[in-house]
Amino acid sequence: MRPKVKFLTEQLIMDILAEAFEILCKLGVELHNKSVLEMLSDHGCNVDMGKMHVNFTEEVINKALKSAEGEFKLYDIHGNQTHDFSGDNVHFTPGSAALNILDHETKKLRKPLTQDYIDYAKILNQLPYIASQSTAFIPSDVAAQISDSYRMFLSLLYCEKPVVTGTFTIESFEVMKDFQLAVRGSEKALKEKPLAIFSCCPTSPLKFSDVTSQNVVDCAKYGIPVEFISMPLSGFMAPVTLTGTVIQHTAETLSGIVISQLTNPGAPMLYGGSPAIFDVRYETTPMGAIETMMIDCANNEIGKYLGLPTQAYISLSDSKQLDAQAGLETGIGATLAALAGINNLSGPGMLDFESCQSLEKLIVDNEICGMTLRLVQGIEPKEDFPSLPHFEELLQEQHLLISKHSRKYLRDEHYFPGTVIDRANRARWQEEGALFLEDRANNEVKRLISEYTPSEISDDIRNELVKLMEAEAKRYGQDTLPERL
Amino acid sequence: MELLDRISSTLQKGEDEQVAELTKQAIDENIPAQDILDNGLIAGMNVIGEQFRKHEIFLPEVLLAAKAMYAGMDLLKPLFIKEKVPTQGKVVIGTVHGDLHDLGKNLVGIMLKGAGFDVIDLGKDVPAEKFVEAAKTEDAGVIGMSALLTTTMPVMKKVVELLKENGLEDAVKTIIGGAPASEDFADEIGVNAYGFDAGKAVELVKELTGKK
Repeated sequence: MRPKVKFLTEQLIMDILAEAFEILCKLGVELHNKSVLEMLSDHGCNVDMGKMHVNFTEEVINKALKSAEGEFKLYDIHGNQTHDFSGDNVHFTPGSAALNILDHETKKLRKPLTQDYIDYAKILNQLPYIASQSTAFIPSDVAAQISDSYRMFLSLLYCEKPVVTGTFTIESFEVMKDFQLAVRGSEKALKEKPLAIFSCCPTSPLKFSDVTSQNVVDCAKYGIPVEFISMPLSGFMAPVTLTGTVIQHTAETLSGIVISQLTNPGAPMLYGGSPAIFDVRYETTPMGAIETMMIDCANNEIGKYLGLPTQAYISLSDSKQLDAQAGLETGIGATLAALAGINNLSGPGMLDFESCQSLEKLIVDNEICGMTLRLVQGIEPKEDFPSLPHFEELLQEQHLLISKHSRKYLRDEHYFPGTVIDRANRARWQEEGALFLEDRANNEVKRLISEYTPSEISDDIRNELVKLMEAEAKRYGQDTLPERL
Repeated sequence: MELLDRISSTLQKGEDEQVAELTKQAIDENIPAQDILDNGLIAGMNVIGEQFRKHEIFLPEVLLAAKAMYAGMDLLKPLFIKEKVPTQGKVVIGTVHGDLHDLGKNLVGIMLKGAGFDVIDLGKDVPAEKFVEAAKTEDAGVIGMSALLTTTMPVMKKVVELLKENGLEDAVKTIIGGAPASEDFADEIGVNAYGFDAGKAVELVKELTGKK
């Protein structure tokens, strides 16, 4: 049996949906994109072009939900399937778009550089429990206008996993779509085997920016999966109650679904989000708050009720260093999310309210992911009945270390974490240097960087990616790209 | 020697029956028993020990390799007696008097045998006198003592005292292990070494007997 956690009754889900429908139809959404407003108007929505505002209709929302696909798959750079967004399957991806990196040597924040990003991609390529790469932070040594596409470019060059990303502008979509076409070879091939997911973020409360609206449309046209990242803040930009926040999240996400599905019925989407409670003491948005995680899990239940695969920003921490708080918030989040069956979990590596990535934390979080993936496999009997023969063997041999049954199931039944997780007895731990967690993680960072084998991407694709990136950089006045080692 | 390499690699895979066959073949080809042991069986166990230390393989693989080692050793033993070849050394082990926890001690026994040592396992609840007596009669170079209960640890100290009384403290080295034992405690009672796990115990016994 797969262990499962639930927060909402079916009646509560239906009540929340009814409220969200009413909000969308009666209050509507502020939407700053003319062509999207025109499209919505054509489908019978009440649009006020002057105020950039739309009131949806129940018919149009239901139509969008009807055409939405309940599942899709994701493929790595070579076209091998890595993700199955269906049922309660769980996949992890690093927290995305941090402005800073935590420097292990100085223990201080700094702006990430190209080499940091390459190191990150090399490490991520080798972490077994984090299924996709995200464009996890923003290199500061290129022009701001290309900082979104440049991340994806480096990701595709150095890591073979699919990419969770997003654009910062409408213009960047073009080159980021072209990168994917360069890898897959054609629009048809890309539609058949999606390589990336684009995050599209409504603005709370109940607003869609020009960029977000256009991104949803552009992705839908090319069959590029999107994940909607609505970010209501309980008690500030959303009702203080968790239920009220879920109602708002539902309304904001439904409006995104309508834009996507009216553009291209069946376009792949994840019902996602990055809600948080608002901490009125510090004026912050704690991702590690238990209520934030509960909202995430509840949103997943709404998404699943609507028949959609889901996403959440969960399994991350607000701590500033790789300390106990970082571990507990990330661990609780990952555990709850996996038990809830959220399909795509964004978080590993992230600290400080989604603003700081740590390569060392990524190593630790990979183990958290491994443990949670084991957790959701639950407890299943494996040749345990009848059990008498096992106990007869135990009493006779005095141990079962090398019994047939042990050898067959040891590695399936027991998850073996890497050396970053300390399971040595004290004397051995002392003999091996008495290292604390962060130093053990840093050893792994160094080992993975040194043991990295280059991505097996073909030279043709590599050259095409470089050509596209250099042209994009030139467009914004940057003649050369930083050196890549 | 190709055949000895095959013994080593087959042992590393834990294939006990094949190791026995290959050992027999080596004996039939008149390869000296000492050579088969050193360059076949022990060479294979050394690789296993190193891989275990680096977490590349786990305990079950070590035990399977050890089992394969015994399969080869059983065939070599009569030759050693005939040729009067000295073995790796004898080690007396046991869980000290008052303590019935013998899991750790058993593991150490399996691993020591796997490393080629002759192991005289006195079992559990072993009084100090019995350790010393066995070391004398068996001409063992090492006494290994295990305890889980802190209350039984004075027995370890008594063994050291008895060895001194018998003038054996140089001839018979001592090593302890078990949850309450520690490097400090070993120093305090005059024991020669403390092994924090079975793998470490083997490493230390090799050092104590000059086999490393």
